[in-house]
Amino acid sequence: MISSIVSKVKQKQIAQLVANRKRIDGRGLTDYREIKVEAGIIERAEGSARVLLGKTQVLVGVKIDIGEPFSDIPDQGVLTVNAELVPLASPTFEPGPPDENSIELARVVDRGIRESKAIGLEDLCITPGKKVFVVFIDVYVLNHDGNLIDASALAALAALLNTKMYNYELKDDEIIRKPGYKPLPIRNYPIAITFGKINNQLIVDPWLEEEQVMDARLTMTIDKEGNICSIQKGGSGYFTTQQILEAAKIAKERATELRKLVVET
Amino acid sequence: MSKPEKLLDKKGLRLDGRKLDELRPIKMEVGVLSNADGSAYLEQGKNKVLAAVYGPKEVHPKHLALADRAILRCRYHMAPFSVEERKSPAPSRREIELSKVIREALEPAVFLEYYPRTAIDVFIEILQADGGTRCAGITTAALALADAGVPMRDLVVACAAGKIEGKLVLDLMDLEDKYGEADVPLAMMPGINAVTLLQMDGSLTLEEFQNAVKMAMEGCKQIYEEQKKALRARYIAIKEAINE
Repeated sequence: MISSIVSKVKQKQIAQLVANRKRIDGRGLTDYREIKVEAGIIERAEGSARVLLGKTQVLVGVKIDIGEPFSDIPDQGVLTVNAELVPLASPTFEPGPPDENSIELARVVDRGIRESKAIGLEDLCITPGKKVFVVFIDVYVLNHDGNLIDASALAALAALLNTKMYNYELKDDEIIRKPGYKPLPIRNYPIAITFGKINNQLIVDPWLEEEQVMDARLTMTIDKEGNICSIQKGGSGYFTTQQILEAAKIAKERATELRKLVVET
Repeated sequence: MSKPEKLLDKKGLRLDGRKLDELRPIKMEVGVLSNADGSAYLEQGKNKVLAAVYGPKEVHPKHLALADRAILRCRYHMAPFSVEERKSPAPSRREIELSKVIREALEPAVFLEYYPRTAIDVFIEILQADGGTRCAGITTAALALADAGVPMRDLVVACAAGKIEGKLVLDLMDLEDKYGEADVPLAMMPGINAVTLLQMDGSLTLEEFQNAVKMAMEGCKQIYEEQKKALRARYIAIKEAINE
């Protein structure tokens, strides 16, 4: 069983190893755990994907519905991201309304997709100001072994790439389904890279035990051009300027590698 | 508010006449609420922010208490009348996220280990919003914590930099944030070069990001001086009152 407490001995061991540029599971400081992506595993959803990041497991389902646009952007579809820290995923997750951790997770994933303009939302308008397609991305954490942000962002992108929309035509403002499907318009491929700070040293892809020991967390989302499109610092510690700039450089490199797992280039 | 035609005029000045690297006019006052253990009020452009600190005090519910340190709790909240269209007073997802990142921006500064089994509550109310309220909230909250006499490593101060019409700018107001290309809010303890909050949305190259961070830090340092002045003003006033 995973406890939410790491013993002092282990805390010390993790910190000492990091000081010697080593990690408790044998990885280098900027290495990811093994990543597996399975797309299209939920037939009922318009798009879906499961990502295994080491033992962390995240399932993302995409549903598409018809709804109203935001009043300030009447000619664009709507994107909504929600995250559920399902109680079966960890002894520390409890049933109930989303807490600050699941809201933060959803909002970080949302910002990466939104700010990189990954979805062509302007193509999802049906009648301006009245009817648009709403893309629901639901992040479902199935097993929590650390770094939920990167796993969720990757699963969300994989699910979007796998999302199909039905063909339709408009008759008197009513939607009439036609046979066949087309892919959701995807314009960018944002990849989230998360760092932990242990013993004043940056590590990439912290797993659960490292998360419980680390002072602070930093996520950078990189788009396909190599630009930064979203950042989130978390945890009760701090970063120096040098660490932030170093993280940005590492994130850019790692993002290119991770992107290859979901996008064929 | 609809989209302005241009965010920068021919001379390269901004909608409110500011230069690219210029802060909005800023005003702070410490010790404005008599019930709170510490409080502060700040105006930064059209932003009006009130912060209050209660504690260290007993923790309720009791099971939240920690044996080796105090817990810091933080609530960032916008008044329903603070924005153009009335905001529901119930906490939104945005406010819940901001409460979390603001708490994590303040935590590194506070010597929580001095007060085991207690809670320190920080309440931030945005009375009027015009962009950059999370930063204004942090700057104000740090003053309120200092006013409450909570021991801190340094004051925390926050400021955003961003990009509008291809140019890097300091301290974005709402329209610039909304129609600009990027926003990078940053909080730090200037005395020890520690960045305690960093967020970003938009699109920046690595080089632009590096310069935006530099610019935000310069802004922070200017606001930091104002923070210290506001604290001194408060305590000189008390000292004079005692001497009289």
